[in-house]
Amino acid sequence: MSTLDATGEAARRPFPGRRVRTGDVLLQGVAGLAALGAVVLLGLIAYKIVDGARLSLSTFGLGFLTHVGWDPVHSRFGAGGFLFGTAVTSIGALLLATPLALGIALFLTELAPRWIRGPVTALVETLAAIPSVVIGLWGILVLGPVLHDHVMPALHSTLGFIPLFGPSTTGSTIFTAILVLTIMILPIVSSISRELFVGVPPELKEAALGLGTTRWEMVRGVVLPYTRGGVAAAMILGLGRAVGEAIAVAQVSGAFNNGISWNLFSSGNTLAAQIALEYQSAETNLDVSSLFYLGLILLVFSLVVNLLARVVVRRGARRQGVLAR
Amino acid sequence: MSAADVSALQRPNDRLRRRRVVNRGMELLAWLAGALGVAILGVVVWSVAKRGASELNLDLLTKAPVPFAIGNVKQGLANAFVGSLVLVGLATAMALPFGILVAIYVNEFAPRAVRNGVGLVLDVLNGVPGIVVGIFVFGLVVVSHGQSAYAGAIALAVLMLPLVARATIEVLALVPNTLREASLALGVPRWRTTLGIVLPQTVGGIVTGTMLAVARVAGETAPLLFTCSLAGTSIDSNPGHALQTIPVAIFELSESADPADHARAWAAALVLLLFILFSSLTARWLAARSRRKLGRAT
Repeated sequence: MSTLDATGEAARRPFPGRRVRTGDVLLQGVAGLAALGAVVLLGLIAYKIVDGARLSLSTFGLGFLTHVGWDPVHSRFGAGGFLFGTAVTSIGALLLATPLALGIALFLTELAPRWIRGPVTALVETLAAIPSVVIGLWGILVLGPVLHDHVMPALHSTLGFIPLFGPSTTGSTIFTAILVLTIMILPIVSSISRELFVGVPPELKEAALGLGTTRWEMVRGVVLPYTRGGVAAAMILGLGRAVGEAIAVAQVSGAFNNGISWNLFSSGNTLAAQIALEYQSAETNLDVSSLFYLGLILLVFSLVVNLLARVVVRRGARRQGVLAR
Repeated sequence: MSAADVSALQRPNDRLRRRRVVNRGMELLAWLAGALGVAILGVVVWSVAKRGASELNLDLLTKAPVPFAIGNVKQGLANAFVGSLVLVGLATAMALPFGILVAIYVNEFAPRAVRNGVGLVLDVLNGVPGIVVGIFVFGLVVVSHGQSAYAGAIALAVLMLPLVARATIEVLALVPNTLREASLALGVPRWRTTLGIVLPQTVGGIVTGTMLAVARVAGETAPLLFTCSLAGTSIDSNPGHALQTIPVAIFELSESADPADHARAWAAALVLLLFILFSSLTARWLAARSRRKLGRAT
């Protein structure tokens, strides 16, 4: 090593005379490679899904998104019916789960006696740990028959004038799927909301109560506006979960219907469930490639959901910063 | 001022009463929501326990299923239990070191911008639906090498990676900086400080994070359908073959029309549920304990 190199290297070191340690370089290198690996993994997932969908992309183009029907015999595939089913089931589940989750979160932060809070929080979050295949099993063998025998006929006879509540033929319907998805996203929305509600500064709440508001008026005027952004993000994440759920929906939604029906009490199918159900029957290249296309739609949606939730949280945080000042 | 406003001003008690009634009503709804949340869990767990317990016996755990069984043949799901163990074990072996290294880089070495970037990537990975991970591994491995327990384990490891890395980052961030500084000031190299001083502090947190991740992927069906589902019925532990797993077995049995299959599905669901509840509750308890301990150290 020449003198010039040595001085040049010494100048770059923070402390003259300290050796560059091989161990440090090694650990940083290996750990850095692992982190790079995680980034590459995400890229690889995107690449492989697009690559798999290429044949279907070039055959059907964007018309795939609107075509209703899945016809392996004539090699004509489309995601229209599944997009519709996905939208109906996940939005329906979100509409049912959000008020319930907010109620649970408010109960846990504002109303429940202190000794109840810990156990109930743990129980509701345990709901998130139950595998989707077990909830689906329960949905198809317990919930479905109960809905078919009691709930759906009752709703049809009282609210039958609304086309959503048509006649039911089986227990495996869009409605069953909505309820199962509600159960699955409930703990997500409620646990995030609970954390947000805990974070509301007590002085704001006390100020409202001190002005003579009732507890509900305090919640409506302080807690909910303060946490609006976070709750929206929680709903977005819940929606993402509902859209991506394959197994439970495949079990309970009837799934042999690839068309569009506004009757909640008829069978339906979603993007994710369709992929899951075709795992044994996909045969031709175009068939498999079209499944990848469905997966691509899901992947893009999950990316959008994550980024959107981030943006919403950041905007909410900025607004809170303004409020606090 | 309209007549209604005047009368409202004259009778302030009416308005106060209405506000109180609304308040009571909303409180009641929140109580009901809390009760319903717990009730849903109770109903699901009770359904599984009631139907599964009557079918749960030693044959289920020790005997393989008999295809096209006629009459009263003792059938089990031993192949699925063995397969699940192999898959989850392999997935953990892949995801655990990978996740810990990612976390070490993010928390100990990375500049802030990189840290946020990798954090975002982990969040996005965590949000990728299981079924999409399934077809990803299908395209990556299965198309060229066929279904195998390796392929299934890779899919599960992709799901575990963000969970393990996130959990490890969280506990690494809890380790007080004074520990790192004291070690560095004594002349201990950075790598030995990280591996010998900082990492041992976080073992508890990593164990709980891993247990939660294991509990999560042990019940995953979607990533396995395309990677490790076309399995035989014999008891096999060779990861080069496609092995039957508990979640896939439950999925297939639940689609069957035979009530005897449903009974075995319930029993398998009960075993799976017990395992998952046990490990996630233990992990929760351990996490609370180690957090208290780390909190005291700071």
